[in-house]
Amino acid sequence: MGETLRLAAFGGVYSNHLALRAVLDDIAAVAPDVTWCLGDLGGFGPAPDRSAEILRASGVPMLRGNYDNSIGNDRDDCACGYADPRDNHFAQLSFEYTRALTGLAHKQWMQGLPEQHRLVAAGRRVLLCHGSPRRVNEFLWESTASDAFLEWLCRAHAADVVLCTHTGIPWHRELPSGRHVINVGAIGRPANDGRTEAAYAVVTLDGSVRVELRRVAYDHEALAREMERERLPAEFVETIRTGWWTTCLENLPARERRRGRH
Amino acid sequence: MHHYGVRIEPLRTTPDPAPVPAPTPAYPLQPLLHLDELWIQVAGTLCNLSCTHCFVSSGPGIDRHRLMSRAEVHSRVLEALPLGVKEFYFTGGEPFVHPELLEILEDTLAHGPCTVLTNGTLLTEARIRSLRRLSEGTRYSLEIRVSLDGASPAEHDRLRGPGAFARALDGLLRLERAGLLPIVTITRPVEHDPLAFHERALLMLRAAGLSRPRLKVIPMFLIGRERQRTRGYRGEESLRDLPAESFDPGRLQCSRCRAVTSQGVFVCPLLVDEPGGRMGDRLGDAVRPFELRHGACFTCWTTGMSCGNS
Repeated sequence: MGETLRLAAFGGVYSNHLALRAVLDDIAAVAPDVTWCLGDLGGFGPAPDRSAEILRASGVPMLRGNYDNSIGNDRDDCACGYADPRDNHFAQLSFEYTRALTGLAHKQWMQGLPEQHRLVAAGRRVLLCHGSPRRVNEFLWESTASDAFLEWLCRAHAADVVLCTHTGIPWHRELPSGRHVINVGAIGRPANDGRTEAAYAVVTLDGSVRVELRRVAYDHEALAREMERERLPAEFVETIRTGWWTTCLENLPARERRRGRH
Repeated sequence: MHHYGVRIEPLRTTPDPAPVPAPTPAYPLQPLLHLDELWIQVAGTLCNLSCTHCFVSSGPGIDRHRLMSRAEVHSRVLEALPLGVKEFYFTGGEPFVHPELLEILEDTLAHGPCTVLTNGTLLTEARIRSLRRLSEGTRYSLEIRVSLDGASPAEHDRLRGPGAFARALDGLLRLERAGLLPIVTITRPVEHDPLAFHERALLMLRAAGLSRPRLKVIPMFLIGRERQRTRGYRGEESLRDLPAESFDPGRLQCSRCRAVTSQGVFVCPLLVDEPGGRMGDRLGDAVRPFELRHGACFTCWTTGMSCGNS
């Protein structure tokens, strides 16, 4: 009936306040009908309160990712879901830095955020989540999710279009049934392809579903310098400067790992 | 019912039910939350090595579980798809003794990601080229996992036979050169500290020439030949009387997997020869809960171990 909805969705801010500003500017230019942040405001980058202030001032609603849940509730770790000891070591450094520097008011705000959000547009049921519809910290990698699994996931959670983040690498698949699964990537950490930009998605729902995976440049060198001043791990700074992951690599499947340098 | 002060018992129309003893769930009942992983024991118990610790007691000429045919595997894959299976694992025995493994992988990669668990000793150049071609021809990941034991050649060969480490390492290096980025699965002897063992194993693999080692450490299970080599589970090594409030089904792999062999459907890839491990002929028979009675369930629970890649 001519109904159209344009939805912008980004996730994994990871305290990258410069990427967040750049993405919000890009979204303003795209002028979607609705914008959502799919969670994980902190971690990895510097000065977490800057990102919290920018996001809250923008009025963009946010889901409670695993990181926001752990920071908001003063948990002992990020519950990111890593299994490798080196990955967990670096995740813990980030987490303790972020937990110490996040203001109480922001923590309280995070506690109350929803874990998922649903909307209906052009007759399609859209589900916004952080990791996957069934688990906040599930890694939905493109190469390890069969069509059969994604169809089941959509059916079991009554969704025609699922948007998620958490892995940091964007992808989109239209399933044989016509359902769509979209991982919007992350804006705070590059997508392990040697490019330094932030990644997010704009989804247009009308008679069809069109997905644009956008990349937005920002002053990543300025962020790298700020991370150095904050004495964050050199491995993190290298990732921001080069676009290649240096940590939290061990749960990458072969196909995604092969695309990276480390 | 009371009538004029006299208690009148209602007329019994059915006999008293037989007295039912109060249920005493001694072992946790594990639900299958979802079939994420289908384990396919494609080579049965046939293997080119006779490792002294083999969890499934495999070796040359051992066909307690026979090879699964290409058609048999395909039929199991088709059975799993309506259940929403996420990924497939191929094991044995040694999968590369199967004459049609590459064709089976090609069939299965059309439906989902595949992982092959191998001892790494049968990886000819032609097979590695074929694996590379298969990995490039699919949207899904093809993972090759090579098993090592302990963090030194001597430890490995003690369990697997002289020269086995050198051959496995040669396979690993050639897989990496072909861009297949193998995962190295290392069993950790119980006496080693997990973190220190992990570091030692990585150092060993780098020193051996792997530039991007991917490592998965698994504990020893006291089943199969390992039971004869060392010992079996003791009575206290079980999940008997685990308090319900501390039981988290998601901690165990069997909440998300089933295994198939030529002998039927099993709860997990470890318990294919163990009492109670077989759950039926069809995957549909095996979606019911599983009672965690086995000592191996205790190992999975205490270590948080999963046979899966992550």
